[in-house]
Parts: sequence; structure tokens; C-alpha cells
Amino acid sequence: MKIVVALKQVIARDSVLRLSADARWVDETDAAYEINEADAYALEAGLQLKEKQGGEVIALCAGPGRVSKAIREALAKGADRAIHIALDQPEQLDSLATARLLVEAVRQEGPDLVLTGLQSDDVGAGQTGVVAAELLGWPHVTLVVGIEPAGGGLRVRRELEGGWFQYVETPLPAVLTIQSGIARLRYATLMGIKRARSKEVRRIDARELLPQNETAAPIVRLREAEKTKQTQILEGPPAEAAAKLVEKLKFEARVL
Amino acid sequence: MKVLAVMEERGGGWHPASLEALAAAQRLAAVTDGRASAAVLGADPGERAADFARYELERVCAIGHPVLDPYTADAFTAALEQAIGDLRPDYVLFPHTYRTRDFGPKLAARLGRPFVSDVTAFRTEDNGVVFTRPVFQGKFVADVRIAGDAPHFVSVQAGAFRADAVAAGSCAVEEIGVEIPAEAVRTRPGEPFREEAGAVDLTAAERIVAAGRGVKDESDLEMIRKLAEALGAEVAASRPVCDAGWLPLSRQVGSSGQTVAPKLYVAVGISGAIQHLVGMKGSRVIVAINKDPGAPIFEVADYGIVGDLYEVVPALIEALKTG
Repeated sequence: MKIVVALKQVIARDSVLRLSADARWVDETDAAYEINEADAYALEAGLQLKEKQGGEVIALCAGPGRVSKAIREALAKGADRAIHIALDQPEQLDSLATARLLVEAVRQEGPDLVLTGLQSDDVGAGQTGVVAAELLGWPHVTLVVGIEPAGGGLRVRRELEGGWFQYVETPLPAVLTIQSGIARLRYATLMGIKRARSKEVRRIDARELLPQNETAAPIVRLREAEKTKQTQILEGPPAEAAAKLVEKLKFEARVL
Repeated sequence: MKVLAVMEERGGGWHPASLEALAAAQRLAAVTDGRASAAVLGADPGERAADFARYELERVCAIGHPVLDPYTADAFTAALEQAIGDLRPDYVLFPHTYRTRDFGPKLAARLGRPFVSDVTAFRTEDNGVVFTRPVFQGKFVADVRIAGDAPHFVSVQAGAFRADAVAAGSCAVEEIGVEIPAEAVRTRPGEPFREEAGAVDLTAAERIVAAGRGVKDESDLEMIRKLAEALGAEVAASRPVCDAGWLPLSRQVGSSGQTVAPKLYVAVGISGAIQHLVGMKGSRVIVAINKDPGAPIFEVADYGIVGDLYEVVPALIEALKTG
């Protein structure tokens, strides 16, 4: 099975974030990056499918030079090769424009399956996989937490709201958007890291891939979120703050 | 502007977010000098559509076809593509549910339009509408403007608009016929099911202590259990803790787990991503313990302690014992 895994590189989860000077995005000076969590699970799901079924896993990532770190990590974990769509300021593209780019690269490969995370930790629109499937003319299944081959297609387990699940059968080729927790994430081994150095990374310029790619729903500005509640922050060393909290819960909120 | 709100059924009734989306649609219509309508899809939705005839709407559109039951993204996309062609709305609004996430962006892409998901607010600005949605897990919000021709597609976050704000009135139900060839539906959905083994009904708990990503090791959950015991609370968790296999999925609070509203909810090491907040923000009193003062959990918390949970939790257990 030929599998393309579309990965996004995002600012690392624990980063302290400040708005950029133009407030269109966050300040990325000194930012640390990581593979978007749900995409890391998509990669894991792809690698496990390949290990069971045979085939090939191709990592696909769009972004500036910094994303080569995410690509190396995917290769070190076991992806066979990678495609880097060179793109400055990926945050300026909406989901439709991003999906158009990814789809151009997917068409060049003609895989059986495209996997990607269900949403990104930065923009969090949760659309890229679904839109890509539509542009490719393929079926999709979202919120996938389990994949098994069935006949010529797949039988996947998908999550519904409120603790419900359902199985869905889909023919191939298809796009699946992967929910976090589908499998235990592996670490790259030393051997994997060594091998990654000799694996192929094909670089395509975004403008070459798609000379016209308009974003119709751009971010105009970022702002601090408005608080819905007046939070009482209990100050002091842990013992003091804890004692204040117990007092508040007993006598003010009356929930103890 | 003409605003069409797409309603979602759930368990014989309506998904609670549906009426919220309808309230948002009425408001969007009001600020753009237009009218709102509702759309209901199903195998035979005429009777169900009548549920919306008592609201102030231009009409309720009952879009019926046997292939629409059970739900598939393929059938819903085909049906709404045709209905939108007939109705020509300027905006199409959805509740931001798992189902909308499954077909809304597909429908928009089919019409070559962007889809603005998870909107919490909107306002008019420079003769246009600016939509606000969370980014960076709720640490910031982004203002988004949609360019290009109508229709524009938007989903509305659960809890952002009030279901009881839907204006009453009366309107007619209009049946809209669509043609969907059976082969247009490529996926085969199975019956939804729930995993009952070891299920815990967190919704019945009066107090809940929930652990999040800030808890670094499975063995540290012992500390969380002790805190829960001292408070007479159930233990719950945000998604990463369940993903790691440290607690069963049945103890997960959030959009993919349970929605709870206890008297007291203590969030320990939970940053407060929107997927978690929708599952607990209705709690009467919320306490947040987190090392990051900018964590979105503090936006919904009544009481907060900014600090290392490994110091604060033992201190809190001690204070509860002596207090």
C-alpha cells in the first residue's frame, strides 16, 4: 500500500506565545517547533499499516526551511521518503489553499491512502484532510481511531461525540483524518536517525506546484482571548495558596 | 443577507448546538438586514422540520431523500449542494459538531469556497462581517474575513450563542426535493456504539478532579487520586492522559468524552483547549491549577493557582486534611 502522510510543523506546545508586531500571527523569533500532535499519530498509523501490509510511507510537509526538522523526524521514525513543499508563511493560507497545494503533490504520487491529523494545534481549523479528499474526488473518513484492511478497502473505527464510536467501510483510494491516541507513538531509534540521512527528500516550490493559489478567508488579526469569568488567582507559596483555596471553596463558593 | 442554518438531529431530538447555530443565524441576519432560514435533512424530514416552524424564520427547508439516512458526508454534501443552488443563501451556518467537521468543509470545497470553522463571535466592520475563532488552543482568537462570492460557510462553536435566544415567530415548512444517485455514497457507515465495559457516569458526580498533560507520569496519578479522595470527588482527565492509556476513555471529559457540570471541577495541569472546555465549562465552580498563567483554562476558572502542580497538589491535600 502506498501511503502519503501529510504533516504540519507547529510551534511547540509549551511555548510562551506573544503576538507578532503586525498582530497577524505570533512572534516566531526563537520559536521551537514540533510535528503537530494529531499528524504524529497519522504518521504512526501509516507506519503500522505499512508494517502489516507492506508498501511505502511518504511524508509530505509544506512550509519554510524550518520544516526539514519535522521531515527528518518522520524519516527517522520510518517514513521511506519525503516531499517538502517549500512555502513561506504557511499561516497566510486558509485550509482550502493549503489543501490545494498538498493535493497537487499527492496527484504526482498517486497513492492508495492519504493520512493526516484531524486538526492542527495552531490554527485548528480541522479541515485540510476533508478538503483534500474532495479536491482529489476521493472518499474520506474523519476522527479515525483504528484502521484495518477489509476486502479491497479499509474498515475504520471512528470516534463520534460523547464516547460513541462507529465502524465505517471505505474503498481506496481514500483520505483518513486521524484522531490522537490511535496508537502509541514510537521514538526514532539511533539507527533510524542514521538511515534518515540517506533517504530521499524531494523539494518542490509551492509557486511551481500551483502558480495561482488565492486565500479567500485570511486571518485579519490575532487578539488576546476575552475572559468570560473574573478569576481569583490565589497567590503565595503553595501551602498558603492551597489554604486560601480551601477557605474560598468552603466559605465563599460553599462546595465543600 | 440570506442566512441558512443547517440543523443536526441527535437521538430523536436536536443536537443542542443546533439551536445555538439558529440563534447565531438570526443574529447574523439581523446585523446584515436579512432573513434566516433553517434546513433539516433526512430520509423523511417533513415532520421533524415542523419543530422549527415556531421560530422567526423565513422558512424551514425540509431536504428529504432516502439516501440521507444514515448520515454520510457524500449524501449530505450532494443534497446541500443542490439545495444551496436552489435557495442561494449568502451565508450557510452550521453547529460546530463532529458531523459538521465531517462534511461542512467538503461542501464548501465543492463550491470552491473556504469554510470558517469554530466561530465564537462575529461583528460588522468596514461593510463586511468579521468572524472570530480560537487559535493556538484558545490562547488567542483570530479575526477572519471571508472574501469572494457567496455563499460563505461558517460553523459556530458550542456554547458561543444561547439556544434560548432564538426568537419565536412562525414560518412555513418547505419541502425541497434533491436527487442523489445511490452510487454517490462511497462509504458504508455502521451503527454507532458505546463501549460499556468499565463505564463511569461522570455526569452524576458532584465533584470532579481532572488531570491533564501537566501530569508527567502515570504514577503521578496517585497524587491526583489522593486529592480526589480528600475532596470526595471522581477522577477524570483531558484527552492526552487517556491517549497515553493512563486512564480509560470513559473518564475523559471533553468533546470526545463526557460533558459534565458538577458543583466543583478542579482542573490540574490542564491548559484548557477548547475540546476540553466544551465538556466542563458548565460546572458551577471551576478551580484551575496550572504553571502557565496564560493557559486558557484560567479564562473559565473561578479560582486559580499559578504554580507547579507537583507542589500545589500535595499542599492542597494537606490543607484539606487540616482544614
